[in-house]
Amino acid sequence: MFKMMMCKEATRLMSKRLDAPLSFQEKLSLKLHLAMCDACTECNKQFTLLHEVGHRFEVFVSDTPDNGGGAHNE
Amino acid sequence: MSGSESEEKNERMQRLSAVRPRLVSFARLQLRDLAQAEDAVQEALAAAIEKDESFSGRSGYETWVFGILKYKILDALRAQRRDGRWQPLEHELDEDAIDRLFQQNGRWQEEAKPASWGDPEAAFLNERFWQVFDTCMIALPDNIARVFSMRELMGLTTEEICREAGIKENNCWVILHRARLRLRACIERGWLSEEN
Ligand SMILES: [Zn+2]
Repeated sequence: MFKMMMCKEATRLMSKRLDAPLSFQEKLSLKLHLAMCDACTECNKQFTLLHEVGHRFEVFVSDTPDNGGGAHNE
Repeated sequence: MSGSESEEKNERMQRLSAVRPRLVSFARLQLRDLAQAEDAVQEALAAAIEKDESFSGRSGYETWVFGILKYKILDALRAQRRDGRWQPLEHELDEDAIDRLFQQNGRWQEEAKPASWGDPEAAFLNERFWQVFDTCMIALPDNIARVFSMRELMGLTTEEICREAGIKENNCWVILHRARLRLRACIERGWLSEEN
């Protein structure tokens, strides 16, 4: 019988997804879980945001007050 | 050097001093040591001044400097490891901190359930978001934070991180999973508590 994946395992996959490709089975289980779980959907957004943090930090650093502030419009 | 070239160079020197504090905070998140962070930034700025001729164009100057800094940070990280300043990562492989977030059956504990952070774009443009991020990074155990920052701030692949840290790729994923769960919980507390 199909066993529903739980939140803890879902967070493991949504983290791993950012570092390595998931298998077809993993992708499918994650997708199904996210479709039904609001908390994990938020967690997934937050992991994705954290994944962008390096790039955004560079933008933030480059956008010091006296360089014209153009860095937001990349 | 013509007058306008030296003017541009002067402008770049001013931009370096303006960007310096933020470069130091970036380096500190990774090196976990203010003095070493300042040294790395100093070296990067010196290299940027020395190689000024090789920078072409007006835009992207800070990005170029940033690239130099990343190499300096990586050098400093390697030196830390050689000096035995990295605690073993095996200590971080216990499940306790993560288990507290979830019930026995694998669902979120009620109080640990992630909530919405609102518009991510707004967060990234907000100085306070970065303060919260900084505080939460500093609160992470050094060895977890180092793996996280090599991945997400330096943009190394997990394969490269394994080489730098001498760990297996699977352990790297485990550590990143933990780092992300702990960071997101900490950021949520700091970010949402003051906002409303
Ligand atoms: Zn869930």
